[in-house]
Amino acid sequence: MILKRLAVSVLVLLAVSLLVFVFTLLLPGDPAQAILGQQATPERLEALREQLQLNDPWYVRYFSWLGGLFTGDLGTSAATGGSVNALLASKVSASMVLMVIAAVIAIPVGLLLGTWSAMRRGRASDQVLTGFSLVLAALPEFVIGVVLTTLLSTTVFQLLPSVTMAAPGMQVWDYPLQLILPSLTLVLVVVPYMIRMTRTTMIDVLDSGYVEMARLKGLPERQVIFKHALPHAIGPVAQVVAMQLAWLAGGIVVVEFLFRYPGLGQAMVDAVNNRDVQVVQALSMIIAAFYVVVNLIADVIGILANPKLRTESRS
Amino acid sequence: MSAQNPAGPPPQETGGTAAAGDVAVAAGADPASEAHRRGGADAPAPQDFGHSESRGDARPASFARRVLTQPAAKLGLVLTGLVLLLAVLGPFVVPAWTGHGPNSFAGKPFQTGVFGTDNLGRDVLSRFLEGGWRLLLYSALATVVGVGIGAALGMLAAFRKGWLDALIMRGGDVLLAIPQLVFALLAVTVLGPQGWVLVLVIGITHAPRVARVIRSATSAVVAEDYVLASQMYAVPPWKILVRDVVPNVMGPLMVEVGLRLTYSIGAVASLSFLGLGMQPPTPDWGLMINENRIALALQPWGVLLPVIAIAVLTVGTNLIADAVAGASAGRVQTVKSKNSAAPAGTRGVRGTGQGSSPAGAGNPGGRGGDAGPQGAAGVVGRAEKNVEGQL
Amino acid sequence: MRRSEQKAREKARGTVVPRATVDTAITVSHLDVGVTGGGLILDDVSFRLRPGRILALVGESGSGKTTAALACMNHLRAGLELRGGTVELQEGASRFHRNAVDLLTLSERKMRRLRGGTIAYVPQDPALSLNGSLRVGEQIAEVLRAHEFGRNARERDLRVAEVLSEVGLPSDRAYQRRFPHQLSGGQQQRIGIAMAFACRPAVIILDEPTTGLDVATQDLVLKTIYQLTTKHDVAGLYITHDLAVVARIADDVAVMLHGAIVEDGPAEEVLRNPEHPYTRALLDAVPDMRGARDMGGGPAVSPEPGIRAPWDDGRSTASFASQEHTAPVAPSVVADDAAPHVDGAGAARSWGTSAEPGTPEPGTGGDQPPSTGAQGSTAAAAGTDAGGHGVEERPAPAVDGRAGTTAGDGPATGAATPGGNADGVVGSRGGNHPVVSVRGLRMAYGPAVILDGIDLDLAAGQTTMLLGESGSGKTTLSRIVAGLNAGYTGEVLLDGQVLAPSTRRRTTEQRRRIQYVFQSPFSSLNPRRTIGDSLQVPLQMTGGMNREQRRAAVADALDAVRLGRSYIDRRPGELSGGERQRAAVARALVNAPSVLVCDEITSALDVSVQASVIELLRELQHERGLAMLFVTHNIALARHISHKLAVLEKGKLVEYGPTDAVLRNPRHGYTRSLLRHVPTLEEAG
Repeated sequence: MILKRLAVSVLVLLAVSLLVFVFTLLLPGDPAQAILGQQATPERLEALREQLQLNDPWYVRYFSWLGGLFTGDLGTSAATGGSVNALLASKVSASMVLMVIAAVIAIPVGLLLGTWSAMRRGRASDQVLTGFSLVLAALPEFVIGVVLTTLLSTTVFQLLPSVTMAAPGMQVWDYPLQLILPSLTLVLVVVPYMIRMTRTTMIDVLDSGYVEMARLKGLPERQVIFKHALPHAIGPVAQVVAMQLAWLAGGIVVVEFLFRYPGLGQAMVDAVNNRDVQVVQALSMIIAAFYVVVNLIADVIGILANPKLRTESRS
Repeated sequence: MSAQNPAGPPPQETGGTAAAGDVAVAAGADPASEAHRRGGADAPAPQDFGHSESRGDARPASFARRVLTQPAAKLGLVLTGLVLLLAVLGPFVVPAWTGHGPNSFAGKPFQTGVFGTDNLGRDVLSRFLEGGWRLLLYSALATVVGVGIGAALGMLAAFRKGWLDALIMRGGDVLLAIPQLVFALLAVTVLGPQGWVLVLVIGITHAPRVARVIRSATSAVVAEDYVLASQMYAVPPWKILVRDVVPNVMGPLMVEVGLRLTYSIGAVASLSFLGLGMQPPTPDWGLMINENRIALALQPWGVLLPVIAIAVLTVGTNLIADAVAGASAGRVQTVKSKNSAAPAGTRGVRGTGQGSSPAGAGNPGGRGGDAGPQGAAGVVGRAEKNVEGQL
Repeated sequence: MRRSEQKAREKARGTVVPRATVDTAITVSHLDVGVTGGGLILDDVSFRLRPGRILALVGESGSGKTTAALACMNHLRAGLELRGGTVELQEGASRFHRNAVDLLTLSERKMRRLRGGTIAYVPQDPALSLNGSLRVGEQIAEVLRAHEFGRNARERDLRVAEVLSEVGLPSDRAYQRRFPHQLSGGQQQRIGIAMAFACRPAVIILDEPTTGLDVATQDLVLKTIYQLTTKHDVAGLYITHDLAVVARIADDVAVMLHGAIVEDGPAEEVLRNPEHPYTRALLDAVPDMRGARDMGGGPAVSPEPGIRAPWDDGRSTASFASQEHTAPVAPSVVADDAAPHVDGAGAARSWGTSAEPGTPEPGTGGDQPPSTGAQGSTAAAAGTDAGGHGVEERPAPAVDGRAGTTAGDGPATGAATPGGNADGVVGSRGGNHPVVSVRGLRMAYGPAVILDGIDLDLAAGQTTMLLGESGSGKTTLSRIVAGLNAGYTGEVLLDGQVLAPSTRRRTTEQRRRIQYVFQSPFSSLNPRRTIGDSLQVPLQMTGGMNREQRRAAVADALDAVRLGRSYIDRRPGELSGGERQRAAVARALVNAPSVLVCDEITSALDVSVQASVIELLRELQHERGLAMLFVTHNIALARHISHKLAVLEKGKLVEYGPTDAVLRNPRHGYTRSLLRHVPTLEEAG
């Protein structure tokens, strides 16, 4: 079962790579011309065509690109002429820092508040939390970011830097204060969803026959929750977490742009502005791979947490 | 296909009920005379202990009314209506009321006035009033495209089953692996930041998410015996789809319309904010935030006005979506008679919110591919319902 | 009965509070429970649970019986609130509470110690109530641990093994290490019972524990429960809707209606002499194996010969004829030959009395000189019928069908000849022509054989009951006949013509003549369309009628199912289950079919409603001469509805013949086991 799931993941990733690649074929006219502009000399155009392998049929280009992905070579940036790997190396780590901080805060907060809300279902505290998360869930990332900046950085209080300072050679985490606003924004983006989904999952579980039965067996409430209820929530909750982590991977583009954070998102926006297709492709693949891996892990957790699926996968 | 009707309730709910009522009254005299003609001889007059004849409420409240009984729905409608009014009427009052055109020079950059001027010295209020309708239009179009394609594919997948189902859903999985915004950026890179690209690309990224929900809702409907009955009577497939399936997936479909509208607004505004949606000098809320954010400390209105408008709008649409979800999942409390309350209390309570709804409608958390756990919950709910049916 | 009612009344007045005696474990008094902010679910409910005795709480779905039972454990489901009353645990009933105490006032902590230890609960559906992620042994052991049963882990382990063997399950380690999904439904339920009995409780509450189990397993589970309660002197509360189960297991009965107890007393008395009309209605609704009693207002189709049933007062000549010729039929050697005779006679009787009592019955049947006993009585049936219903719209199939039976003394599986009984040909044909024949049917999904070697005939005016448990293939077979299931080999013939497997490939006329009624009326009608709209679909697809004509036909059909034409513009959501099922039957009737296939159409309905639907079918068959295939798992219905009985086990017909013959002389072990295990009312006392 797990192996089958793994194979599906690989297939999805391959299909994604094909999809991402097909976009380059949609480039109108001569891509080299489009990239270099009207003033480009024929020599430079020819050189770029060679570099982009535009003279080869599309499937040759696809497989050489795919081969590059497998060997860790993400290609050459058309805008800078440098290697995409070099361009993105430092940005990946910067983005990872942001993601990890956001995830480490958001996951426990979201799951605990969701569970708490489910257990106090119908009471005032639950209704407040539910309403609050409903409102927050509706807001786009930049709205949350701007409001936080207004509150904490510019107009109301001036406690935190509103943009990231990243002098060359400096790492983002050398100045931890500047990480607070971007990670707080990300946390506020994903936590409402985690609360809502965890709440729904937990309510399903708490309303189940086996939890009622555990109570009717006279088991202590702690044991009812931890031994009988929680194991059934693991699988669905893992799905929720995976979904939100994947969402973070997309939302980080806006957040990094807003706070001028030198990560993958910022690089993505720059590359789009430069119509630097190679970089955009590479970034799309990195983010898609992240999504696929996170989902795979969630599914595997779900399989392992469910004896029925587990025993079936064994046989 | 059915997304053209985003605000109103399914038509057969309101109009149909009223008409039915009239006819029922007109036909009301018949049964008595009928019984008389039969002499009541072979009518055994089974002893009636109440339970068998009065389980349902007299007439289920119409869908629209069930949505509107929720305070969240009213609030959502007010909020959405407010912003809608602003964005639609704004352009007509712009030069006359504010004294400045959206792109005309009004003073030095970042002046503080009523709402001040922006980075190029244009009047913020004028640009704000002018800058909403494109966002709304694009979002609405993207929603129509996304829900239309998604619902059509979802229904097709559930209806046809087999390889077509597998193809549609696996294709959706592939599309889901790329976050919505990243996919949009990819398209913009290649095709440029044009209106139709935004609408199409956001619509397309909605489609697999909508398709998942509608497919699971349709699967539940297709498994019902009334669809099988229609097949037994050799009703043509398109007619089954129109008469049996569509009305019964209307609830989840409406929820999707609300949700996708919320996310479309967010996505279009985000792209403009990134400078990759609407292009200068177009007055647009997302773009305004981008243009003025460097002076957030100095002259916050250029950013805050559009931010507040977008926030109010998305919160409003999300509240409506949640209320619709609540109504379609039967979570809404209505005044219950004793008879209807009894079964609900003894066995219905457990299934409330998930058992009675086609999968997923109960929770508008629908960002990303969340049909997974919801779908599972829906299946459990169905199973429970069946068990109850056996009693 | 009187005394108990008096006692209840005294209790209600509060004069005689039953003293804490050794013979009472729990006393529930004046219990009121309501929906939060809504109406009452329990209205002044009082009962006593006594050690070593089982009280059955009987009622239909929604009557509040589960709520009452859970209140005994001070457990209210979400959305319910206590409005008043006491649940008194009597002195000396529990190891944990020596003193008498009102459970409803007990703190959650103290109550927890009683739950599972002193008062145990067996849930309705073990598939939902056992924890799928815990091993079954652990689920039993944790009750013991929570209530500190035994001195140490070893003693508790021994107890787990012991209680497992008490409920008839293997007690070894390997079995204990299984997960619930690795057990069958019956085994799961017995794990639930083991869990409840593990701590040797004083009181055990069983919430319809045999729902969804086949009769043999149900029998075993009931036996286990009975033995354990009596052996260990446990006070039992058994919740059920099945009076036959009550007769088998309960000492006392309390009947609930709309949250109130309307009648209570010793089981034997209540079942023998019900006083409340609701109890009587419930009892009337219970089918019995001998077909001796009326069910749902009409007598059985194939009653056990020799039983003179209450309705059988010799009023009509038809019944006179049947009486005359009933006696010689008994020998099972001639069962096959005698079959049509008995069937015909039974049918005639039932029709003669139930259809139009006001019309004088023409005495043609009795006047005809019978050549043989069998033929004579059947001829009588035919004659009566033709006479009594000549004014009916469609007398032709009816008469034809019965005439066919008359001459067809041979086995019913006679060869089919084309063009059997076309409409409008009145009684002219002699041969026994089944309307629908199934020949050599086989259906398999890969290696899994669903049906194999099925031969079946459906004759006009006759009902064939297809009996089998879930998974036996009975629904598949019925759907194949209706054209809902393709992919089989073999033939389905309508009047000798081979039918295409799928309805879409059948002709309009073929589709019209075979109609199918689905199991669940909650699923078979589109909730978004009016009844009239759903019911006119068959007519629309047949064509040849305009909108007004279709509407008129639908209205007539609604009248025919005794629903009334006022229902035409209602939606299914406004109808009760029984009403919906009538509407679904009406949909099958609008097209004036020759064959009606009914797939467990009563199983989703409450008992009393079931009876009226069965009665409706009998009347319709009588009026219209329908050939019917009635699919069910309930063998007790056999004599009430069927002329012929076909028993399906694992895709094979193990038994097929006239109902009476099969029931008297079951050839297959499976049928015998069914007959042995089915609970009946006659067991009371």
